[in-house]
Parts: sequence; structure tokens; C-alpha cells
Amino acid sequence: MGKDSILQAIRQNKPAGRPLPEIPIFPGREITPTEQFIKMAETGGSQILRAAHVQEINAMLKNLFPEARNIASPVPEITSTINLEEIQSPLELEQVDVAVIRGHLGVAENGAVWLTESACRHRILPFITQHLMLLIPETSIVPTLHDAYRNIRINDEGFGIFIAGPSKTADIEQALVIGAQGARSLTIILTAF
Amino acid sequence: MIDHAEKAAEFIRDEPRTDWHDESLWFIRHKRDKASQDVPEWEQLRELASGIKDNVLSELDHYLEQFEANALQNGVQVHWATDAAEHNRIVHSILKKHGVSRMVKSKSMLTEECHLNDFLAEQGIEVVDTDLGERIIQLREEPPSHIVLPAIHLKKEEIGALFHEKLQTREGATDPGYLTEAARGHLRQKFVEAQAALTGVNFAIAETGGVVVCTNEGNADMGVHLAPVQIHCMGIEKIIPKAEHLGVFIRLLARSATGQPSTIYTAHHHRPRPGAEMHIVIVDNGRSAQLGRSDFRNSLKCIRCGACMNTCPIYRRSGGHSYGYTIPGPIGSILTPGIDLKAYSDLPFASTLCGSCSDVCPVKINIHEQLFRWRQIIAQEGYLPSGKKRALAWFGKIMARPAWFRFTGKVARLALRILPRPFLYNRFNEWGKARELPEAPRESFQEWYKKNRR
Ligand code: SF4
Repeated sequence: MGKDSILQAIRQNKPAGRPLPEIPIFPGREITPTEQFIKMAETGGSQILRAAHVQEINAMLKNLFPEARNIASPVPEITSTINLEEIQSPLELEQVDVAVIRGHLGVAENGAVWLTESACRHRILPFITQHLMLLIPETSIVPTLHDAYRNIRINDEGFGIFIAGPSKTADIEQALVIGAQGARSLTIILTAF
Repeated sequence: MIDHAEKAAEFIRDEPRTDWHDESLWFIRHKRDKASQDVPEWEQLRELASGIKDNVLSELDHYLEQFEANALQNGVQVHWATDAAEHNRIVHSILKKHGVSRMVKSKSMLTEECHLNDFLAEQGIEVVDTDLGERIIQLREEPPSHIVLPAIHLKKEEIGALFHEKLQTREGATDPGYLTEAARGHLRQKFVEAQAALTGVNFAIAETGGVVVCTNEGNADMGVHLAPVQIHCMGIEKIIPKAEHLGVFIRLLARSATGQPSTIYTAHHHRPRPGAEMHIVIVDNGRSAQLGRSDFRNSLKCIRCGACMNTCPIYRRSGGHSYGYTIPGPIGSILTPGIDLKAYSDLPFASTLCGSCSDVCPVKINIHEQLFRWRQIIAQEGYLPSGKKRALAWFGKIMARPAWFRFTGKVARLALRILPRPFLYNRFNEWGKARELPEAPRESFQEWYKKNRR
């Protein structure tokens, strides 16, 4: 039973060795990665804004989410109402209205942003929050997912994720609904810092 | 014994509904076309994906061992299950150890295949499916009808009525936004209460010992990052060698599945979060046997995108439930005969062999060729339904004797012209049930050729 019998069966049944193909470098597109990123992210339901200084983000938050009461962010410059260092259990984050998190890079071909566990401080934060705001340097955008995987190490941290828009579903008659189980909106700020 | 034709006949009795089902799926197929055309190297990616999987299948034992060693190093607890029963026992033992009575689950075809929910319910554990489509069919107590779109067969009126009964939504409400919001509230409660969370696995990376889980709703992440115990269940074929291969497969997956450039969430899990536990259950359940069938082992390359279902003219007009198995459609019809040849002997015939499935398959599985191959095996093993068996036996005899062939051809051409309808369309004419017989030419090709050749 178990491991040995499974491996034994595989050894008996597997086909003759086949080489692992090389992944080539694919040629770039006509439009710049930033242009393509904005296009794809907006198609996926994200809102794109730009900021030259991190201090601008606080004003943006007030503007975009005037009703928000609980703001949580591991980014020190952001005015948070929740101290993430004091959170003992992820369940305590249930009341978060807006979370602001730094992303590591953006992917032009699908409008996705790579986030790591340490940037979220708590893994649950980008999902449990009602609204999510991600900051990425404009210069971090790479053309394809291949480029992205060349630029990150997926096992550097215990958890990492590509997020490509607000949570969505089309499970009821294929009608697109934004705001399924995760964040209801995604705002991506392309930063110059 | 699954009788696909009989179940399909039930399905198409409601014609407008059949058309609606057909069009919904064709619309997704269309979105897939557009998304794939946006990627200039699409065909190259399919070739690569297929090649990487060839390598995986030929070294599966090494990759699995490498994966396990790395996962253990990451602090993950790894379990191996030979079959569905062992898988269910393992999951149950993890839950029991932690005294879990409530678990949330995100979409996993493997646990459907193993009937985990029923098993755990018998042990007194509540399992809540958290993907909206899955939750809908769970509340209706029926199996999914599609691997990516579990509730594709349901109308919003039916879902509205279901939610009114189970989630106390307004009577008669059918707005998808309103119903989704109600489910969101209901599921948030379940996430908060859950003591364990289980997900399926899209890809498992040998080199790093981690797993990747793709969702649009964020339900898998809501589950595993809240609960103290996280469990990922995977078939042995989910392995890919290295992180860089994710680039190939993830570029293909969502585009093929729904026409999106990427799923909204592509989560990479490597280590348990501080204070929590992470388990991975590796399941065989017939896969190593399929690996031994040289004509069919390519079916193990499947990344469960559902594209072959969306494009299939039979699936679109017969619905997922007509296949009688967790994984319906073309891919289901080549997986099931390997599980039970007799019980599923009808499924390889639920196809026109048009080859559209193979054309859209992101990992280039030769689905329609395998369907044809299963038909041959089913005939050899004597599992053909008697009508088909008799007809084919006669046809074989006629084809083998040129004189008989010429004679029957003549008779048939004459008969088609002069016989009244009831002689031609009756219970012996399976083919003519919903079809018109072709107009018969006056002469055969042979006769024409003799006259006209120079
Ligand atoms: S067989 Fe191919 S097209 Fe069908 S679900 Fe699997 S990967 Fe997708």
C-alpha cells in the first residue's frame, strides 16, 4: 500500500525516457510592457492609477474609499487603522475595508501582480479585505509570465501569489459578477518610487 | 452501465434549453479562440506543454520522490494514497487528529472522483464547497456537470429558487449579482468557522516541493489562510519538473478554460504558515495503470481546462450529467473505459470523432484517436450494444464480398427510392430516428466509373 506500491507500479508502467524540452525566449510585442499591462489589467477589472510619491497614496485612499473605516497596510508610510504586528489570528482581519500591499512585479500579458507573504504580513490580508490596493514600480513590469518566473523564486517564501484582478465569478448563467469570495475591487498603483 | 444516448435523449427533450446550453458553451469556446490568438507563440506553447508532460510521464517516479523530499524539507506532511478509499481515510485521519468537525473545500475534481464529501459526512464532518458553482450543486445534492463550470446546466431562476430555500434570499430573485452577494455572506461565515481547508492542486513542482492552486473567486485562499489545517490533494500526474514550466502551463490554462489571460488568483504554496499545518496527499487511484496503457497514457497529460467539453458538439447538446462520471465530455470518455470498460463502454461512442477536442487541447492529447481506439477495444472485448454488434457484423460480411456489396448497394438504392416511409423509418433504423436518409443516386460509383473512364 501507499508510496512504495505506487512508485513500483509507475516504474513498471512508465514509457521510455523522453527529454525535457527547453523553453525558448519568445519575441516581444509591439506595444510596451506598461501599455500592455494597463490594457490587460483594466480588461480584468482592475483600476490603474499612478503615483510619484508614496505620500500621495494616503490622499488617494481618502478619495477612493471615503467610507472605509479599517485600513490595513504593512507599508509604513500608509496611515493604517490596524496594527498588523498585533494581529494574533487571521480571523481578526475580517473587518478590514481596504488593504494596501506592495507587489513585487507586474506581468504585461495578463495584468497580474506577484505578491509575497512577507509583503502581505498575513497571508489572508489580500483576500479577506473588502478592497485591495497594490503598489508596483512601473519599472517592474515584465512582458510575459516566462519573464516573471525568471525574476522570482517561488519558494523564497512559504507563500506567494499572482493576483490579476478583483475576485470574480461567472457561475450563475455565465454572468460576470465582481466580488465573489475575495476582494471586491483591485486598484493597482504604478509607482515612480 | 451508462447509456449515454438514453440520458442525452432526456436532456434534449427541452429544445430551447438545449440550445441555451449549447450556446453558453460555444460562447466560451469562442472566448478561448480569441485569447489563444492573442498569444503569437500559442502553438509552440502547446507543443512545449505536451513535451514537458511526455518527460514527466517517463520519469514520474523520480519527480514524485524529488517532490516529496522537497516538500518534507519545507515542513509539509506528505501522504500517499493508492486508491480513493485510502485517500479518504488519510484525509479523515488528519481531520480527526485535530478534532475537525467543519471543513471548507475549494474545487477539486480528485475529491469528487473519490467521493470524499459523502465519506466525511458519514463520519459526521460537515464539508462546505466554497466555489460558487460547486456550492450551488452541493446545495442541490447533485454532481458537477462540467469540470470548470460545475453549474453550467442551471438557469438563474433555478439558482434563485434554491437560494431562497437554503439561504433565505428574496423569493423570485434571479439577479446574478444579488445571488452572488448572498452566497458571499453565507460563505464568509463558513470560512470563519472552518477548522480545516482542503483544495485541489493544479500543478505540483518537483524542484521546489510546492503546489499551485488557481481560482477566480479567491475561495481556495480564503479557506487555507484562515483555517489552522490546510490540505492539498493531488493526482500523481499533477507533477511538473521546475518552476519555469509554470510559465508554459499557466499561460495555457485559463486561456483554454474560460478565455481569460490568467485566473485571478494563482497561489503558490510551499510552507505552512506559522502555527499552522500543511498536508499534501498524493493519489494514484488507477493513474499508474493508465500509465501502462501505451495508447491511452497521454490522457494523463490533462490539465483539466475543460476546453474539450466546451467545443464538443455532443457534450454541448447532451450535458455533463449524461456521461455518468465526474469528468464528462471527451476527456472523461477516454479516462472512464480504463476505470471500468464494461460500465463505461458507451462513452467512447458519445462522439462524432470530429477531432475538435484534440484541436483545442492545450497539451495536445490525441483525444479523438483515443476514442476511436477504445471503440475497437470495446468491440474486441464484446461490450458493444447488441444493435450495433449485429449491424456491424452484417456490414463486415457484406464489405468482405464484392458481389454481395454490389448487390446490396443496388437493392438499397432502389429501396430508398421506392419504399414508403414506414418501411425505412422504424425501430430497426437507429440512425434514422432523428435524421433523414440520404437521397439515393441511380447508379453506384463503380457503374459510373465504368461508363465514364477513358
Ligand atoms: S483533455 Fe485537454 S482540452 Fe480536455 S480538459 Fe484535459 S487539457 Fe483540457
